[in-house]
Amino acid sequence: MDTRRAPRAVIDPKVRKVGFFAPPELSQSGLPDPISLPSSSLSPVMIPPPRHSSENLLHHARPLAPTVPGASSVSIEGSVVAGGSYGSSSELFPAPMSPASSSYSSSRFVGGGDGDYCLNGAAVASPGRGGGKAATSFPRGGFESPAVKASSVPASGLTTVSVVNDSSLGIRGREKADNGGGSALEAKDQATNSKQKKDKTTKAERRALQEAQRAAKAAAKAEGNKASGTVTSGTAKPAKAIKPPHKVDNSSVAVSEKKGCDRPPEKDRKKDVPQPRMQYDDESRVEKAKRRAVVKQTEARNRVELFRHLPQYEHGSLLPDLEAKFFQLDTVHPAVYKAGLQYLSGNISGSNARCIAMLQAFQDAIRDYRVPPEKTFVRDLTAKISSYVSFLIECRPLCISMGNAIKFLKTRIAKLPLTLSESESKASLHSDIERFINEKIILADKVIVKHAVTKIRDGDVLLTYGLSSAVEMILLHAHKLGKQFRVIIVDSRPQLRGKILLRRLVEKGLSCTYTQINALSYIMHEVTRVFLGASSVLSNGTVYSGVGTACVAMIAHSFRVPVLVCCEAYKFSERVQLDSICSNELGDPEVISKVLGREDVNYLDGWANTENLQLLNLIYDATPSDYISMIVTDYGMVPPTSVPVIVREYRREQLWI
Amino acid sequence: MADPKISAYYQTRMAHFGAVTNDWLAQAQSASAITTTPPPPSPPPTAATLSDPSHQKPSFSVIDEFNRWRKQPDLAEAVAAIRALAAVIRSSMATTMMQLEIELKSASDSLKSWDTTSISLTAACDLFMRYVTRTAALEYEDFNSAKSRLIERADKFGEISYTARKVIAMLSQDFIFNGCTILVHGFSRVVLEVLKLAAQNKKLFRVLCTEGRPDRTGLRLSNELAKLDVPVKLVIDSAVAYTMDEVDMVFVGADGVVESGGIINMMGTYQIAMVAKSMSKPVYVAAESYKFARLYPLDQKDLAPALRPVDFGVPIPSKVEVECSARDYTPPQYLTLLFTDLGVLTPSVVSDELIQLYL
Repeated sequence: MDTRRAPRAVIDPKVRKVGFFAPPELSQSGLPDPISLPSSSLSPVMIPPPRHSSENLLHHARPLAPTVPGASSVSIEGSVVAGGSYGSSSELFPAPMSPASSSYSSSRFVGGGDGDYCLNGAAVASPGRGGGKAATSFPRGGFESPAVKASSVPASGLTTVSVVNDSSLGIRGREKADNGGGSALEAKDQATNSKQKKDKTTKAERRALQEAQRAAKAAAKAEGNKASGTVTSGTAKPAKAIKPPHKVDNSSVAVSEKKGCDRPPEKDRKKDVPQPRMQYDDESRVEKAKRRAVVKQTEARNRVELFRHLPQYEHGSLLPDLEAKFFQLDTVHPAVYKAGLQYLSGNISGSNARCIAMLQAFQDAIRDYRVPPEKTFVRDLTAKISSYVSFLIECRPLCISMGNAIKFLKTRIAKLPLTLSESESKASLHSDIERFINEKIILADKVIVKHAVTKIRDGDVLLTYGLSSAVEMILLHAHKLGKQFRVIIVDSRPQLRGKILLRRLVEKGLSCTYTQINALSYIMHEVTRVFLGASSVLSNGTVYSGVGTACVAMIAHSFRVPVLVCCEAYKFSERVQLDSICSNELGDPEVISKVLGREDVNYLDGWANTENLQLLNLIYDATPSDYISMIVTDYGMVPPTSVPVIVREYRREQLWI
Repeated sequence: MADPKISAYYQTRMAHFGAVTNDWLAQAQSASAITTTPPPPSPPPTAATLSDPSHQKPSFSVIDEFNRWRKQPDLAEAVAAIRALAAVIRSSMATTMMQLEIELKSASDSLKSWDTTSISLTAACDLFMRYVTRTAALEYEDFNSAKSRLIERADKFGEISYTARKVIAMLSQDFIFNGCTILVHGFSRVVLEVLKLAAQNKKLFRVLCTEGRPDRTGLRLSNELAKLDVPVKLVIDSAVAYTMDEVDMVFVGADGVVESGGIINMMGTYQIAMVAKSMSKPVYVAAESYKFARLYPLDQKDLAPALRPVDFGVPIPSKVEVECSARDYTPPQYLTLLFTDLGVLTPSVVSDELIQLYL
């Protein structure tokens, strides 16, 4: 970057450091020239941001920081990098507070925890941080607002602009701290940017911090709409719970960006503007959702930076907690509660099974539903369904097929003619759900099987990965038709779902081979066809399925083996996803550290205590369409390029279902 | 558009893709109007078949009709089949829609069985059935008006198919520029039409014809082209890669266009397409829209076999096997564009069309 370039008026997009990098040498030459530490101090994956002038900072400073005493603009030369998040131990460190800010920040900070950080600002701004600190001028700028004042840059000469954790405005989550660029999103965000680096504190400390911030927020907050969020009770309230479901509903909308928009008063605006999916790095939102939550979730420690926008909770306590709530659930129908429990415990998994379980639970719930006085059937029922959906999400994030089914149900509810009586409406909904399950899932599977068995010839060696209901049906049917073939089942830890498939196939007499995914390239040369299942197929032909599927498809493609994906049409989504990161599900990392039956493999015991160790257990991945030869749906065999056509036709068809 | 000349079929296409513009279409239509429409079928045979109400007659007349249509020069098999099926509707004695559909189905089946290996025949019959019976209004009208609607649609479909070649020729003119060298494989009447029109438009180009063993298609094609005064050069099949450098584009026809967007064509097409792709030469396929088939081959062996005995000119020992498959499958990634009567399309649109028609 040209250091002599005029400051840009454009806010840079948030810059997030990814991957590993070595901490750059700290420049002791004083702030002035952070950029002068050019490439040498930048990790290869970091994008050096441009310098921002102080004007920019002030310009973007949130007006809400009234308490900031005549902040002088952060000397940007100093730039800023509240390196915070970038560091190998990034998540464990608090946001670097500009030491200078400590002076006034302590006045602003109500939380005890903050105080600590402030003081540590200078100290903290050191090595542990990795990344970007000093050297790179990450324009932390825009965001933070006033906080950046720090006229006097810390003695250490490190430029750490700290984004002060402005408790009064809520925390925008680590995101900000992490990102160097003052982004437009920041500007929009009401919370003031302070990025409080989450330290490796205990839960109690964090909770105390958040309580304090919340209190401060309530006190100093100018906006009224935040206030509504702070006073909820712990139990889920259907009305408030509407918000997350709306976000969920929009999962099929192609938005996976952060919710940068202002948080509208929940009840009103959420209906106008589709909310993007909830991003879990915004602590304030997470807090709010937690307060409403029925399932008590505790955030996991040691979260992987790249996936911070996805929720991850400690799994150990969830199930017992939820079970204990059995007698307290007046807001959740028992059938829905049962479904939620089954999801949480992993008894029901696989998108078809989950979708059917959910729909049947809704059938029961609708049957038992009575309209409260003074309320309309349609609206109240929709609200109730939304609350159930948010409960289910707390148990386990929705898959795309469930999202589509929920949309269908809500459309049907909305389309109920007002002349029907309550019981007639309920009966009509009941039969609609019944029809959906029959047509879109059960019959669709039959059609898929019929098409796919034509592609199996005698002498074939078929490979499949994991456990897919559609593929299982195809193999069993082909065997019943008398075709001679053998099956190779590829499986992977930690779920080892292929074993279930293996057992079922062997019972019926098919000849099977079982192997783990690391032997894939070894075995692929024998294979003639690959059959895969899918959780969803996206509009650009990308197949979204269990983690490991992309590997199988890629290796098959390189061996020129045709890959057939079997997926019912109701799972198709209008979303477009280019990688597996922006939207995924994180499972319990604990299961990775243990190997069933091998107690001696205990090297990862106590992994949570290790600072620089994070375990990642992804549930889904995205397979690019180039690796897919054909998709078998209930509309026939189509190439991956035809998925948007089917989505279009399908939506049209749904209008007159 | 209320323009009666523009059929409903085109109108939908225009609405969907805008690939065929109005004046464009008018051009195509007028181009096709130049050729004389085939003489209407002579009444006596039809009347004779009509008078006999036995069940056997309809299928009998279908094949007859079919053969009669086929006798005309230059008519594609599939178009003859379409005309024959239209005639079935016209001459049908059925009194209900179900009966009519059953009759049509059996006629279509007998036509398909006439040559089971012909993809375009099968595809055309299937498409005809779908296209004709797809009108939603059928259920609400009384039988006679419904029947006349069917006849109308059938005739339109026949017209479109018949004039398809002309439309394709018009569409392809933009892609042939002066001084270009075109490599042609197989004897496709559509491609011949394209080249004829280009020659008539006084474009200067030359053609490389592959020999096309064992059918000797190259020899026939070069004969035709020589009559048009187009400079032709014959190359043996193995010399394609050798000459690919000097080629600007490859033009082939198709026996059938499959759902993935690939084509099934005379043996050797896949090879040529692969060579062309590796040398970055465009491969253009000229195919009528009735050739879109609901097949989806995954590899070469996934096709229904069509065998053709190969004569090497010298006796072969009986122990030696001969590969006598007559056609191969070219996957869509090797094809650049498809010229069809629906417009100039990319291979992925084929599935789009089929889904809309079959949904």
